[in-house]
Amino acid sequence: MLRYILKRFLMMIPVLLAVSFVVYFLMDLAPGDIVSSMAPADASEADIERMREELGLSGNIFERYTRYIGNLLRGDLGMSLSMKRPVINVFFERFPATLKLAFGSIFIALVISIPLGISAATNHRSWIDGTSMVLSMLGLSMPSFWLGLLLILGFSLKLGWLPSGGSGFFSAIILPAITLGAAQAGNLTRITRSSMLEVTRQDYLRTARAKGVAENVVIRKHALKNALIPIITVFGSTLGNALGGAVAIETVFSWPGVGRLTVAAINVRDMNLATGCIIMFTIFLTLTLLIVDIAYAFADPRIKAQYSR
Amino acid sequence: MKEKDLILDLQDLYVRFEVEDGVVHAVNGLSLQIERGKTLGLVGETGAGKTTTALSLLRLVSEPPGVVECERLIVDGKDVMALSQKELESFRGNDIAMIFQDPMTALNPVFTVGDQIAETIAIHENISQTEAQKKAIDMLELVGIQGERADEYPHQFSGGMKQRVIIAIALACQPRLLIADEPTTALDVTIQAQVLNLMRELRDHYKTSMIMITHDLGIVAQICDEVAVVYAGNIVEYGTLQDIFNRTKHPYTEGLFNSLPNIRDRKAELNPIKGLMPDPTNLPQGCPFHPRCPYADEKCKEEQSVKWVSDTHYIRCIAYEREGFHIKLEEKR
Amino acid sequence: MFKKKSKVRASKKRSYMSELWRNYKKNPSAMIGLIIVVVIIIIAIFAQITLDYNQDIVQQNMKERLQKPSSEHIMGTDQYGRDVLVRVLYGAKYSLAVGIISVAISCLIGSSLGLIAGYYGGVIENLILRSTEVFMGIPSVLLAIAIMAAFGQSLFVLMLAIGLVYVPMFARTARAAVLPVRDEEYIEAARVSGVGDLKIIFSHILPNSLSPIIVQVTMGVANGILTASHLSFLGLGVPVPAPEWGAMLSGGREFIRDYSFLTFYPGFAIMITVLSFNLMGDGLRDATDPKLKQ
Repeated sequence: MLRYILKRFLMMIPVLLAVSFVVYFLMDLAPGDIVSSMAPADASEADIERMREELGLSGNIFERYTRYIGNLLRGDLGMSLSMKRPVINVFFERFPATLKLAFGSIFIALVISIPLGISAATNHRSWIDGTSMVLSMLGLSMPSFWLGLLLILGFSLKLGWLPSGGSGFFSAIILPAITLGAAQAGNLTRITRSSMLEVTRQDYLRTARAKGVAENVVIRKHALKNALIPIITVFGSTLGNALGGAVAIETVFSWPGVGRLTVAAINVRDMNLATGCIIMFTIFLTLTLLIVDIAYAFADPRIKAQYSR
Repeated sequence: MKEKDLILDLQDLYVRFEVEDGVVHAVNGLSLQIERGKTLGLVGETGAGKTTTALSLLRLVSEPPGVVECERLIVDGKDVMALSQKELESFRGNDIAMIFQDPMTALNPVFTVGDQIAETIAIHENISQTEAQKKAIDMLELVGIQGERADEYPHQFSGGMKQRVIIAIALACQPRLLIADEPTTALDVTIQAQVLNLMRELRDHYKTSMIMITHDLGIVAQICDEVAVVYAGNIVEYGTLQDIFNRTKHPYTEGLFNSLPNIRDRKAELNPIKGLMPDPTNLPQGCPFHPRCPYADEKCKEEQSVKWVSDTHYIRCIAYEREGFHIKLEEKR
Repeated sequence: MFKKKSKVRASKKRSYMSELWRNYKKNPSAMIGLIIVVVIIIIAIFAQITLDYNQDIVQQNMKERLQKPSSEHIMGTDQYGRDVLVRVLYGAKYSLAVGIISVAISCLIGSSLGLIAGYYGGVIENLILRSTEVFMGIPSVLLAIAIMAAFGQSLFVLMLAIGLVYVPMFARTARAAVLPVRDEEYIEAARVSGVGDLKIIFSHILPNSLSPIIVQVTMGVANGILTASHLSFLGLGVPVPAPEWGAMLSGGREFIRDYSFLTFYPGFAIMITVLSFNLMGDGLRDATDPKLKQ
C-alpha cells in the first residue's frame, strides 16, 4: 500500500508540471507588458532589458517557465506587482479562508445529499424520490452566485439573521457554505440515489435479508458501504467544483479567499499573482484527488487488493 | 390420509407482480407439503415460478410490485403470513434459510466472508461477537475451507468456494428448512458434484428438510425424496422420486425427460418440448400447457383438474383419463 | 427484468433516431425541458429580429431609472432606465450562443480526440488520456478565466474558452464509448478487408458512440451556459453593456436591497434555461439506454 502511494506521488509530478505549464503559458499570452508599464517613461531599451532580467522575465517561454518552477520549489512565486509583496505570502494568507469555505460547503452538501439520495432510492418512485429529484435538479441548474444573492436578500437584508459578508466569526460562513454546498448537493444526491438504486438490486442484499438482517441494517450497512464507492470517486470532482465555484461565491460574500484574490489580480492585470494563485490552486486540487483515490482503495477491498500487489 | 409431521404446509399460493407492462402471474395456486426430514425437488424451466415460490416462503418477494396471497403458509408450525416484521427477521436464517443461484453475486463484496457468516450467527444466537466469529470459522471448516481464510474477501474465492461460503451462511444457525435455488447451476461441472455432495452430507448431518430447486433431473435423482414438476406457476405433477421417474404421467414431465440427451444413443436427436413457456402476463385458458401439449384437445383449452394416480402421486391433467392416452418415454434411463 | 437491447449500426441510423424519439416523448419532464428550450430559442430569434440593439437594449434613459415592476415595465427598469424584460429576452441569444457554440467546439475536438484515442489505443491513447487529466486538474472556472485572460475579453473568446474547458469531458466520453466496440469482430472484419481507418471510425465506431455523446452535448450546453454566466458575473465574460444575464445580474447586485428584481430576473432566466437543458439531457440518457432508466 505504501509503495502504491509513493508510486502515485511520483506519477503525479509530470502531471503537476504539465498543469502548471499550461497555466503559465496561458497567463504568459495575456496582453500587457508589465515591464514596460512599470518602467519610467525615460527608460532606455537596455534599462528595460535589465529590469526584465531582474524580474526573471527574459528568455523564451520555456526558459522562463523552468526558472519559475525552480523558484516555486524554493517557495518563491515572484512578487505581486499590485500588492508589492511576495505572491506566496499573499496566497497562503488567503488560502485557509478558501479551504474553510470549500470544506464547509462539502460538509453541507454531504449532510444534505447522502440521506436525501438514500431515502430517494429506498422509496423509489414515491413522492420523496420525486421531490429529491426536483430539488437536486434545481441545485444543479441554479447559478450559485444567484442563489447566494437571494440568500443574502432573504436572510441578511430582510430577516437580518445572518451576515451578508465578511469573515472571522462563525455565522459568516453559513450563507456562503450553503450557497456553494447547494450545487454540490444536487450532484451528490443524484449520484447517491443512482448508486443506491444500483446496489439495492444486487443479490447480496437478498442474501442479507434471507439471513434475517433487519431492513434498516441492510440499507445502512450492506447497501451503503457498497454505494459509497462511486460516491467517493466523484468526491474529488466535487471538491474541484467547490474550489472553482468559490471564485464567484467569494466575490458575492466578500469572503477573503483565493478565488476573489485571483479575479482581482486579473482585473488589475497582476499576472504574477494570478498565475501563482491558479497554479497553487491546481496543485492543491491534484493532491486532493490523489488522496481521494487512495481513500477509494480503502473503501473497496477489491481495489485495495489490486494496489497492494 | 394419516396425519403427517410437516415442516412446510403451503396451500394455494398466488404471487403476481403488478408492473408497468401488465400483471405478471408468477405463481398460480401452488400447494406444497413437505414432511420433516424429506427433500423435495422443485423442477421446471426457467421462469416457471420456482424461485418466486421459494422467496415467498421467506416472505422475501418485494412488495410492491409483488403481491403474495395464500390460504396457508406454515413453516415448522409457524404461521408465516401472520409474522410481524421483527418476527420475520428472527425467522429468516434461523428456521428457514436459502442458498441462492449465483454465488458470484450473492456475497457482499465489501465484507470478509467470516463477517458475513458471523453476522447471521450474531443475529440469531445470543452470543458475543468473538464467539460468533469463532463459530463462523468452525462453519467455514465444516464446508471445507481453511478457517484462516475467514479474513478474506469474496473476490479472493473461486465460484465453488463462494458457494461453500453461502452454504455455511445458510446452515450457520441450523435451520429446519433449507431452500437451495439452483445451487450448482453457475458452477463448473466438476465443482457441481463436490458442492452437491457437501450439501447432501450436511443435510444428513443436521437432518435438515430441504427444497432443491433445479432444472437438472440428474440432481433430482441424486438428492430428492419427492418431486414437484412446476409449469407456469403451478405444480403439474407431484410424486415420489419413483413416481416421477418410473411412472411418469404428465405430458410436460414426459417432455422434460425426452429433452434430455440420450447417453446410450449419442446419435439420437434431442427432442425438446416445442414452443415456449406461456407469457406470464397473459396465461392461456384451461391448462397452461395445452398450446405445447401433443395430447391436448378442445377440452384442455377450457379446464384442468387434479387427478390422484396413487396415494403419493398426482397430476394436473385431464387428458390422462382419455382413452388411448399413453406417455411415450424414450428408453434412456 | 425487462431489458431492451439497443444496438446501433450505421445503416440503422434513421430508425435509431425514431426509436430515440419514441422513448424520449414518453418522459414528461424531458418533454417539458424540450418545450422550454424551443420557446427560448424562438424568443432569442424573435428578440433579435424585432429589437434594435442600440435603441432598445443599450440606450440609457435616466428619467426612467430603477422603476419597480409595473404594467409598463413588467420586470422594472435598471439603473440606466433600460427595460429589464426586454434585456432579459434579448439576452437569451448570448446564453444560447455561448452554450451551443462552445459545446460544438468541445464536442468536435473532444469527440475526435476520444475516437482516435479509443480506436488506435496504445501510445496515442495514453497521450490523449494523460493530457485530458492535466486539463481536468484545473477547476473549470479557473481554466476559463486563464484562457479569457490570455486571449482578451470578447464573446468569441468566451465561447472558445468554455469550449476548450469541456474538451476533456467529451474526449473521455467518446473514448469510453469506443472501448466496448473496438474489439468487436465486425470492426476487425472491416479492418482485415482493407477498409480505411477513417471510414471505419465514421461508419462503424461513431454511430455506436452516438448515445453518450448526444447526452453529453445536452448536459454540456447546460454547463456551458452556467460557466459563461459565472464568468460574466465576475466581469470576465461578455463585456458590458451587452445584456448577458450574468453581467446583468452583476450590475444589479449593488441595488439588491431595494431593487431585488434586477438580480432576480436574469438569474431566474439562467436557471430556467440551464434546467431545461438538464431535463433534456436526463431524458435523452433514459431514452438512449432504457437499461439505465431508474
